[in-house]
Amino acid sequence: MTEMIQVQNVAKQFVLHTQESAVIPVFENINFTLSSGDCIALTGQSGAGKSTFMRMLYANYLCSRGQINVYHDKEWIDLVQASPHQILNIREKTLGYVSQFLRVIPRVSTLEIVAEPLANFGYEKPIALEAARQILSRLNIPERLWSLSPLTFSGGEQQRVNIARGFIANYPIMLLDEPTASLDAANRAVVLGLIEEAKERGAAILGIFHDHETRNAVCTGEFDVTAYRSEAYV
Amino acid sequence: MSAALDQQDGYNFAYLDEQTKRMIRRSILKAVAIPGYQVPFAGREMPMPYGWGTGGVQVTAAIIGKDDVLKVIDQGSDDTTNAVSIRKFFAKTAAVETTEATEEASIIQTRHRIPETALQEGQILVYQVPIPEPLRFLEPRETETRKMHALQEYGLMHVKLYEDISRHGHIATTYAYPALVNGRYVMDPSPIPKFDNPKMDMMPALQLFGAGREKRIYALPPYTEVKSLDFEDHPFDIQEWDSDCALCGAKDSFLDEIVLDDAGNRMFVCSDSHFCQQRQQAGFTGTANELPADTKERA
Amino acid sequence: MLSQKETLLSVNNVSVLYGERVGCQNVSFDLWPGEVLGIVGESGSGKSTLLNSISARIQPTSGSVTYNTRVDGQRDLYTEMNEPERRLLMRTDLAYVHQNPRDGLRMNVSAGANIGERLMAIGERHYGNIRNNAEQWLDKIEIDQNRLDDLPTTFSGGMQQRLQIARNLVTRPRLVFMDEPTGGLDVSVQARLLDLLRGLVRDLGLSVVIVTHDLAVARLLSHRLMVMQNGQVVESGLTDQVLDDPQHPYSQLLVSSILQT
Repeated sequence: MTEMIQVQNVAKQFVLHTQESAVIPVFENINFTLSSGDCIALTGQSGAGKSTFMRMLYANYLCSRGQINVYHDKEWIDLVQASPHQILNIREKTLGYVSQFLRVIPRVSTLEIVAEPLANFGYEKPIALEAARQILSRLNIPERLWSLSPLTFSGGEQQRVNIARGFIANYPIMLLDEPTASLDAANRAVVLGLIEEAKERGAAILGIFHDHETRNAVCTGEFDVTAYRSEAYV
Repeated sequence: MSAALDQQDGYNFAYLDEQTKRMIRRSILKAVAIPGYQVPFAGREMPMPYGWGTGGVQVTAAIIGKDDVLKVIDQGSDDTTNAVSIRKFFAKTAAVETTEATEEASIIQTRHRIPETALQEGQILVYQVPIPEPLRFLEPRETETRKMHALQEYGLMHVKLYEDISRHGHIATTYAYPALVNGRYVMDPSPIPKFDNPKMDMMPALQLFGAGREKRIYALPPYTEVKSLDFEDHPFDIQEWDSDCALCGAKDSFLDEIVLDDAGNRMFVCSDSHFCQQRQQAGFTGTANELPADTKERA
Repeated sequence: MLSQKETLLSVNNVSVLYGERVGCQNVSFDLWPGEVLGIVGESGSGKSTLLNSISARIQPTSGSVTYNTRVDGQRDLYTEMNEPERRLLMRTDLAYVHQNPRDGLRMNVSAGANIGERLMAIGERHYGNIRNNAEQWLDKIEIDQNRLDDLPTTFSGGMQQRLQIARNLVTRPRLVFMDEPTGGLDVSVQARLLDLLRGLVRDLGLSVVIVTHDLAVARLLSHRLMVMQNGQVVESGLTDQVLDDPQHPYSQLLVSSILQT
């Protein structure tokens, strides 16, 4: 089991300059490790900062202190210090992220959206498109929708497109934010299957699952963020 | 026809003062040293308005000497008003001999044509130029066109030709057709018909171009390479006519179209008047002597 | 696609001063092939001045701009290149898309001639080839091919802007500078243009520096973002980070000012 992410003494606070520079401390001294084959569930009450923590691991949020070391291209890179160029590289090849909501761009077809991560990996367009078709079929998105933009899809359909896009490439590390929300039982099972396959190929997975069933089915451990909340938060 | 050999009182030889002539000659030397490059010069007020050949006249005035023989043509003809005026001007102010015979002239000042008779070494052809800048109508800024010439950025010139082909199916520019001089500068040869462009290439005579209003002089030394611009798949070609000259029967001179009546009858006649007369004197004739066939009746 | 080793453009401590007035000051960043950098800020923030200085159009008062040329490697645009070389670069490897398409087009020649001009400028002399090339580009920018011979004055604003883009891209530049390319266009027209740009950036592997005051445009197109205020860069980083977790007071103000639709 190789370690893929090492979070060391990470702290996070927000400073709201638009509200008289109010300081909102969030986390102190987080230490956390994620290894390949892991599937760790982030736990904590609603509002405890699970999504915030995940975004910090994706470099979408900054950290006030500490290191987030990611094993990328056979070396350790600290996301907190890395240049934007490096982080973009890491996101392309190593770090996958399935957010809660699909950001929809008009006029781009579902097929293209899903194929894009593979194209960035360096695969030829036809191969990427074929893989996109397969994973969309698996997620029960009907073929007649593939050439359309997800703009008019239902919430559940959009989420499945999001998942397809997140799982199409073999990222060594995957961050999943509520991947089964808005899905029915059948599609939840499909997502479970995808997560299991990812685990088997050695991916290191961190997820937020509100659905206990899913959590129990796939997760190998838990990480409670509540323990790291700043004292000031009640 | 020789003019009276008295120079007009009160005027310097050839109207311009000697310092001005020196200044113009310096510009001409620069122009000859850089074929096709437009040399600015301090043009003077001349006794004719801009647009009437002041540039050509200043160049001629700077180079003409007592022993020169001057011919002046306008659209190929010696006897139009402008040609006559300018010829008389030099007769009066320089008391030089004038002629209508191309082969006898040492200096030929021309508006918008090159004589059909081939010119020889030792002759000088002075062109009257309205707008010297070939890029002017596409790029109005002088600062830009100077840079384009300096940096050989001539893509825009081909844009004009491209537009012609896209609009008319062929390059529709029929006069003032741009040409590349000595492989370096693109020049506007003045509004001569493109028919005359090939004559400029490797011409044994010296060719000088004077623009009075724009105050530019440029030159083609003898035996300079002049290549008209074109596209690989639309090569440069010259005008052709269906008929020959009605007066002298010439097959390969530039023909003017003369409308004869309001029934649509017309005839084509050599633009170069002297060339035509010479041929007629030598016995060549055309169809003008025959009755016009198919005279159309008006409805 | 993003992982080349060498930077394409290196901006080092660039300042542009107009006498005592600061256009922009102490700006530094690197740009890699395939990256899109957005520069946002209000009018007067210095973003257009910065854009002009890094695109070889005005010389900075201090600092350096280095570009990775195809043949000679990294060259300082102002101290290691003379004007003819810069002008050639601006016609081939670099492209500049103006906010107002009329500034970047020749309005008195046809669409085909506009697209073909750069080709003719680098020596293309076959009319048929130029025309074919221009037709293909009209396709790419979603304009009907039989508008090839029409004047840009007969095009709508959005079409003119797309034509300007085609005119710039025909020589396959590697680095494109855009100054508010969607300014002045209707919202739906903007969306179409942005999508076109996204596609072209992806398909042609372009690097882009885009100046905009519209954060939605920045979010959609750029990987990285720089926020400018009063001539200074107050924050820079990944686009999603700057927009989702802005640190500087001005960035926070900008982000919070967007109206949600």
